[in-house]
Amino acid sequence: MTLEQLEVGETGIVKEFTDLEMSVKLMEMGCLPGEPVKVARVAPLGDPIAIHVSGYQLSLRRFEASTIILQ
Amino acid sequence: MKADIRVALVGNPNTGKSTLFNALTGLNQKIGNFPGVTVDKKVGYAQLPDGRRAEIIDLPGTYSLYPKSRDESIVFSVLAEKDTALTPDLIIVIIDATNLKRNLLLYTQVADLKIPVIIALNMIDLSKKAGVDININKLAEKLGVPVIPVSARKLEGINPLKTAISYANKFALQQESIDVMAIAPEIIESISKEFSTDNPYFALQLAHQHETLKFLTPEQSNRIEELEKEHSFHSQKAQATETIARYNYINDLLYDTVKTPVTAHDESVSNKIDKILTHRIFGFIIFMGVLLFMFQSIFAWSAYPMSLIEDLFVWIEGGLRGILPGGPLANLLIDGVVAGLSGVLVFIPQIAILFAFISILEDTGYMSRVTFMMDKIMRKVGLNGKSVVPLIGGFACAVPSIMSTRTIENWKDRMITIMVTPLVACSARLPVYTLLIALVVPDRNVWWLFNLQGLALTGMYVLSLVSAIIVAYVMKFVLKARERGYFIMELPVYRMPRWNNVLFSMYERSKTFVLEAGKVIIAVSVILWVLSSYGPGDRFKKIEQTYSQPQYTRSMTPDSLARVVSTEKLENSYAGVLGHVIEPVIKPIGFDWKIGIALITSFAAREVFVGTMATIYSVDGDADRIDSVQNKMRNAKNPNTGGPVFTLAVAFSLMMFYAFAMQCASTVAVVYRETKNWRWPAAQFIYMTVLAYGAAFLVYNLLK
Repeated sequence: MTLEQLEVGETGIVKEFTDLEMSVKLMEMGCLPGEPVKVARVAPLGDPIAIHVSGYQLSLRRFEASTIILQ
Repeated sequence: MKADIRVALVGNPNTGKSTLFNALTGLNQKIGNFPGVTVDKKVGYAQLPDGRRAEIIDLPGTYSLYPKSRDESIVFSVLAEKDTALTPDLIIVIIDATNLKRNLLLYTQVADLKIPVIIALNMIDLSKKAGVDININKLAEKLGVPVIPVSARKLEGINPLKTAISYANKFALQQESIDVMAIAPEIIESISKEFSTDNPYFALQLAHQHETLKFLTPEQSNRIEELEKEHSFHSQKAQATETIARYNYINDLLYDTVKTPVTAHDESVSNKIDKILTHRIFGFIIFMGVLLFMFQSIFAWSAYPMSLIEDLFVWIEGGLRGILPGGPLANLLIDGVVAGLSGVLVFIPQIAILFAFISILEDTGYMSRVTFMMDKIMRKVGLNGKSVVPLIGGFACAVPSIMSTRTIENWKDRMITIMVTPLVACSARLPVYTLLIALVVPDRNVWWLFNLQGLALTGMYVLSLVSAIIVAYVMKFVLKARERGYFIMELPVYRMPRWNNVLFSMYERSKTFVLEAGKVIIAVSVILWVLSSYGPGDRFKKIEQTYSQPQYTRSMTPDSLARVVSTEKLENSYAGVLGHVIEPVIKPIGFDWKIGIALITSFAAREVFVGTMATIYSVDGDADRIDSVQNKMRNAKNPNTGGPVFTLAVAFSLMMFYAFAMQCASTVAVVYRETKNWRWPAAQFIYMTVLAYGAAFLVYNLLK
């Protein structure tokens, strides 16, 4: 499954990425394979979402979250 | 000013870089632009304990040396280019102690460039409070660089940091972080050989970034491109390999130096605040409330200092008129330069207050929540969550709003925001609207509740927002994106605003505005003054001769005589002649030559319209008394038809013109400053004027 499919409060572990260009940006921000990510909240209109990753909060659009495959 | 050592500040966004910069340099700083690019360059000076002076350069915040925006691309080129006026002798990497892991990524990249490095471990107080146990000595030992714990907000650790700068070694002592050669051995070897560098990471970065680096010649860049093909180098794959290797190194490094307590995130204060502030209903209500308060304050709080500034200039003008002997030079100084200057300085309170609010909202972390909430709506019309603040700010004044678009990282989103912000009905349009509406719209209630005049005014404000959104939507398809659009953004922890930074921001932005936009505004006012005070040939002389004849001097009071003379002179001035010249063009939208003069003079600023109308219709008393201007305008007769000049059609046509036309020298100047290219203000001027003419034409012919 992908990060986009997680509900608020659920945690997953990053496995790999479907988009190479996006993966480079996401990894720089601490979204690395093996790293746990937890969906903290969803924006009022359903997009973007906010996740907890490597000790801080990151917001990203649903499209970007859909490129992250979880274990 | 000559400095003994040049220090560059590098760090992630939200790590307190600017606070540390202010703490090190105090008021001893200036803003400029990096050579050849529009990115802000902040440079300041710090006195070191050993008596030497350090030049401190604040570089844009970035998560890595691989740029995501044009702002960030400056970081690597400043660090890597040798022997320039900016090349640092020492780099201070600022690391947020509460977020060590992600912050250390940038450190390892910078360290591998082999320029001497110091780490400033900022927010050490907050990390201690959170129970993070950092073994600073061991960390410094493992990295091979000094690690100085600081709290920039509390001004703690600043002197030890200055001492560390003065002890800085000329040679890099940092340990190797990762095996850079292993990432792409062939290309690193070839580039190292051909560009004679012994730094493998510099060579690798050349391979990645050669297309955007200004210090490479086109031939050098092409040669690197060839080498890339030869060794089938894939930039993104190499970047991914590098990032994973770096995080492995960081995990090893932190394993026995830092102990983080296991705490549940949901219990942190920041999360509790977020539950309310980004709530699906309360979130928007609170945001609306914040905006309302903000603009209410801008209007309310700026009124007093603005009238003080205006009074001051009236006093200065009066004083100068008393001191200086009359003549064209004195008039140029008083009616051109001083009047222009007051037009600039009167904006300072609004700019300062708006930027105080913006810096508070950014400092606390609320701005990124607004962006988070609004992104989806704004994306639909080609804007970005961060466009909300400038657009709403446009209701007060486009000038500070356009300056505030710098927070938008995406180039295309920022340009669209800059291009549409002047469409939003700013406070300068208000006097024009109220004058014209009162002239033609009856003061009558409809359905008991709504006043017709109020409805007309509200309609003009709604129209402005709607038109801005439509134009943004069109530009979404016209402009070509330079970067792929991302929305990967940190939501920083809520913090108290740093009041010192708020003051700095108010001061800096106001200063920049006065110095940069001010030049243009004064130039335009001087030109307008010349155009309206001189006429072609001896027309002015003839007017004076005519009215010095006894039949005028006897039958008229000196005051009314002076008014008639000045009206005649205006008609025969270059501006008046221009008014006649453009009459054929503005006739289709219902304007005569007198309105034409007002159009020309108010191209510098819309509020000039009322004053020009007052002069043209030679009003009794002073020009600020709207009721008398109104009466004169109401009684003005069209010489051809005998009917009134200001019919419903003419008034609304005029309002349409003022709604859309780019009649604001300050905005033109600030758009030029922000884009550093005349193409943007020119394009904006043209599209807005076309829009204004089209709307006025349509409205005039529909209502005629």
